[in-house]
Amino acid sequence: MSYLDFLRDYGPRLLDGTLMTAAQFLCATVLAIAIALIAGLMKLSHNRLIRTPAVIYIEIFRGTSLLVQLYWIFFVLPLFGLTLEKFTAGFVAVGMNLGAYGAELVRGGIQSVPRGQWEAAYALSLSPAKRMWRIILPQALVNMLPPWGNLLIELLKGTALVSLISVADLMFEAKQINGSTFLSAQAFGTALIIYYIFARLIVTPFMRWLERVMARRIGRA
Amino acid sequence: MKDLHDLSHYPLKLEGPDRPMVSFRNVTKRYGDLVVLDGLNLDVAEGEMVSIIGPSGSGKTTVLRMLMLETIQGGVIYVDGQPLSHMDRGGMLVPATPRHLRAGREQIGMCFQHFNLFPHMTALGNCMEGPVQVLGMSKQAARERAEDLLEMVGMIDKRDEHPARLSGGQQQRVAIARALAMRPKVLLLDEVTSALDPEVIGEVTGVIKKLVEKYRLTIMMVTHQMGFAADISDRVCFFYDGRIEEQGAPADLFSNPQKERTQQFLSAVKSAD
Ligand SMILES: Nc1ncnc2c1ncn2[C@@H]1O[C@H](COP(=O)(O)OP(=O)(O)O)[C@@H](O)[C@H]1O
Ligand SMILES: [Mg+2]
Repeated sequence: MSYLDFLRDYGPRLLDGTLMTAAQFLCATVLAIAIALIAGLMKLSHNRLIRTPAVIYIEIFRGTSLLVQLYWIFFVLPLFGLTLEKFTAGFVAVGMNLGAYGAELVRGGIQSVPRGQWEAAYALSLSPAKRMWRIILPQALVNMLPPWGNLLIELLKGTALVSLISVADLMFEAKQINGSTFLSAQAFGTALIIYYIFARLIVTPFMRWLERVMARRIGRA
Repeated sequence: MKDLHDLSHYPLKLEGPDRPMVSFRNVTKRYGDLVVLDGLNLDVAEGEMVSIIGPSGSGKTTVLRMLMLETIQGGVIYVDGQPLSHMDRGGMLVPATPRHLRAGREQIGMCFQHFNLFPHMTALGNCMEGPVQVLGMSKQAARERAEDLLEMVGMIDKRDEHPARLSGGQQQRVAIARALAMRPKVLLLDEVTSALDPEVIGEVTGVIKKLVEKYRLTIMMVTHQMGFAADISDRVCFFYDGRIEEQGAPADLFSNPQKERTQQFLSAVKSAD
């Protein structure tokens, strides 16, 4: 069987899997950004009651394996009465895990904004929320975009684990095709190439573009 | 608790037509164990231009920062007759809440050595931020006010530029316009020309001179430029080791300093020029 024949027969399934991977990636990314923002800001609070939950969350999700977290969310939470559909469980696990790493990027990005900016914002009597949202975060964002580019690649790779709870993503389809045809090189080779293209020809260029746009917005370019 | 007890000696507010615009009453500022200012007493009248000079580390910046950015550990600060560092709770002065401090500080503007313009906003955006977000002005009204001020500081042509594309002198003029857009009763200037190339210092001192001579704004200015301070100040305070060692009209202080430390400082500055 030539590779072209392989693509003709199994291409559609791999494409379906790719779309599922893209959906997991997008949902997990949105969740990771939201969690990173909230946990990152909480970790910077002077109030221990606010800071501690964020510290614990970040520790747990960075200190343990994503696969174990995924199994917890899918197999263990139902025992406590919380049953998630496999699609939801998949991106929630990936999003929560990478969000914990993102929280550290948010914290670092905010801390990298010079103290003079806080003081100037305070000297204008801006409220604490406006200081953060209008003055500090836009500048922090510019500083943290490059590491976020790396994090999103990690997140993309992390989504391959959702195949283990039978979400029909790219990895899942490749495994299925391999199981029924034993065309391992073709099946996993194609998956490898698609993941690579996704990362290097879509995610990375998009982040570079975003970096340029943001740099222009603060007049650095 | 000692400070709290002492506060009964301080008035709840300063009244009368001659009340100072800014009043430091026996103010102490500590960082940990380091006492930076001990028992500072300083009044600044409405419309007065006070320059603060002195060696590095003598507490000049701290005087301004206590008004705008820091809390104090003793004494009371009043602005326009009202307590700033404290507030009146049922006839007693108690330490100010963050909200009270921020409200009181709306009456004060501050400019910094390194400008601290918001890099993601244009010159105009920097000057509209406070009026729109704090004073609640309409965009239109804030824009008119900001444009008037940018015109006054000679930066109207650059209104749509981001700070990264402006020279230091231009950035500092925008920063002055930004502070003035809040219509402050008092303007604090902390070494606003120290980070500038010599050839653009005049742009900024020219604007400050205009504020003094034309608008009679109340200004407290920390500076190393003795000539400029002598030229436009009503009063010059020489700080040494967290105290006002000597103060007076510039003509007296610069040409006839009484204290030995003032003489030493002035001659050291002169020989460095
Ligand atoms: N945040 C701070 N923490 C500890 N010490 C400080 C802080 N800010 C200023 N100081 C100290 O207070 C003293 C006065 O500083 P400053 O007011 O900046 O002096 P000046 O402006 O006259 O050079 C210095 O000894 C300085 O080291
Ligand atoms: Mg200083």
